[in-house]
Amino acid sequence: MKILVPVKRVVDYNIKVLVKSDGTGVETAGLKMSMNPFDEIAVEEAVRLREKGAATEVIAVSIGVQQAQDTLRTAMAMGADRSILVLSEESPEPLAVAKVLKALVEREKPDLVFLGKQAIDDDMNATGQMLAGLLGWGQGTFASKVELADSRAEVTREVDGGNETVSLALPAIVTADLRLNEPRYASLPNIMKAKKKPMETLQAADLGVDMTRRLTTLSVAEPPARKAGEKVGSVTELVEKLRNEAKVI
Amino acid sequence: MTVLVLIETEDGQVRQASRSAIAAAGKLGEVHALVTGTEASAQAAADAAAKVPGVTKVRKVASDVLAHDLAEPLADVVVALAGDYDHIVAASTASGKNVLPRVAALLDVQPIPDVVEIKDADTFVRPIYAGNALATVKSSDTKKVLTIRPTNFDPAAAEGGSATIEAVVPNVTDTVSRFVSSETPQSDRPELESARVIVSGGRGLGSCENFHKILDPLADKLGAALGASRVAVDSGFAPNDCQVGQTGKVVAPELYIAVGISGAIQHLAGMKDSKVIVAINKDPDAPILQVADYALVGDLFEIVPELTNAI
Repeated sequence: MKILVPVKRVVDYNIKVLVKSDGTGVETAGLKMSMNPFDEIAVEEAVRLREKGAATEVIAVSIGVQQAQDTLRTAMAMGADRSILVLSEESPEPLAVAKVLKALVEREKPDLVFLGKQAIDDDMNATGQMLAGLLGWGQGTFASKVELADSRAEVTREVDGGNETVSLALPAIVTADLRLNEPRYASLPNIMKAKKKPMETLQAADLGVDMTRRLTTLSVAEPPARKAGEKVGSVTELVEKLRNEAKVI
Repeated sequence: MTVLVLIETEDGQVRQASRSAIAAAGKLGEVHALVTGTEASAQAAADAAAKVPGVTKVRKVASDVLAHDLAEPLADVVVALAGDYDHIVAASTASGKNVLPRVAALLDVQPIPDVVEIKDADTFVRPIYAGNALATVKSSDTKKVLTIRPTNFDPAAAEGGSATIEAVVPNVTDTVSRFVSSETPQSDRPELESARVIVSGGRGLGSCENFHKILDPLADKLGAALGASRVAVDSGFAPNDCQVGQTGKVVAPELYIAVGISGAIQHLAGMKDSKVIVAINKDPDAPILQVADYALVGDLFEIVPELTNAI
């Protein structure tokens, strides 16, 4: 069984981005970029399935600028067997990404596509569901546990108020939530080995996908700042402030 | 213009998040509510939705396949009805986020998730980068598919309306997915997303036992919901659905008390729109103190019981 794992290169999760002063976007130049944390979890799960013998090949895919090859190398250092880079503008919309992935799924014929539940830059939480829709496959979103048996995937999902388990016919789409697993660190020997693993480069246009954006960003602004707070010296003072100043208790 | 709103119910009432979606949809045009489920649950949901002021028509789709809000059949139902609507809206709940992007793909449109402000029929504001920036986007799609962030729209009332109910025959029979089971821990506390007061704990509590020993009495006294940081959830102090943050729930209560929470970007994204934030932390440099209206620096194991007694 083959598993396809789409990964995205994003601004590192530890960095607090700043809005550009002209309001056209956020400043990303010179910032540390990393693999989207949810995608690391998806890669980890796919690699574990291969290590257990449940999968035979793990293919990492990234769509974006040339530098996304670093993200694919990371995925291969974690254990992916090979990778595909689809060149396009930076951070294309989920609809376009889902269409590119559909074209790759039709070519590679994986049994599972493992994605992160959302990218921490655009916070869309949409690509996995959209790919499932385009393919007519079942979707197990926000997965905290995945078990494969009898050509089906049993996926435990994090939902409002608790957990839900669904059973999906394969092939299927699964999107990883935080608690699915703890991703491994790539060791130095594996980072060296990953440099020799195959990486194919394609153009989005070669796959026949129209990458035109449907959403135009008119402006990007800082969220309203909170007014400066104050330090209180004691519980008595805090209770007094909450009662008489803020009037919330 | 007419807007279709996907409705979720709980205990025979329309969920507060869905009533916020109805209020948001009212800014775009006439509101029709979509309820689904088995014959009995869809009828109960339809009766509840018909009472929400602002809804003019309820479209009820009943089928056993729709019993558990599985994305695959539910998306097919929405797509079958989509021809009548310019906008399709749901609250950004686990269910809304699961279904609407699938709907959007089937309609060949780019969804607009987590809308916090509606500028006009095509233009919406949404947070990006964990809420560190607000993007205003204009959609060129002919149909708009959006989820709205419930805390940014005052919910419509639960009673007072009288919409007509129309039964729609579903065209779904079989599906590639099936429901297996669900696990919903019972709680007497208010729902996190609609609570007026939230007491939230982090790494500083140290253990599950301490989490409850220290926070439960304060939450009980305030009638508050219990929240948690990601570390607290990952360490098993509190269940997953208590997590407040970019990847958990987004809340905006009147009072948010953060106990032993440092205030990572990820956590702030989920609570920084609260009206009043109180931080109790032993680290005077913790980032949470920068967003707190009132900060008390000290040992939470002494401060919280003292606070509980003083209220």
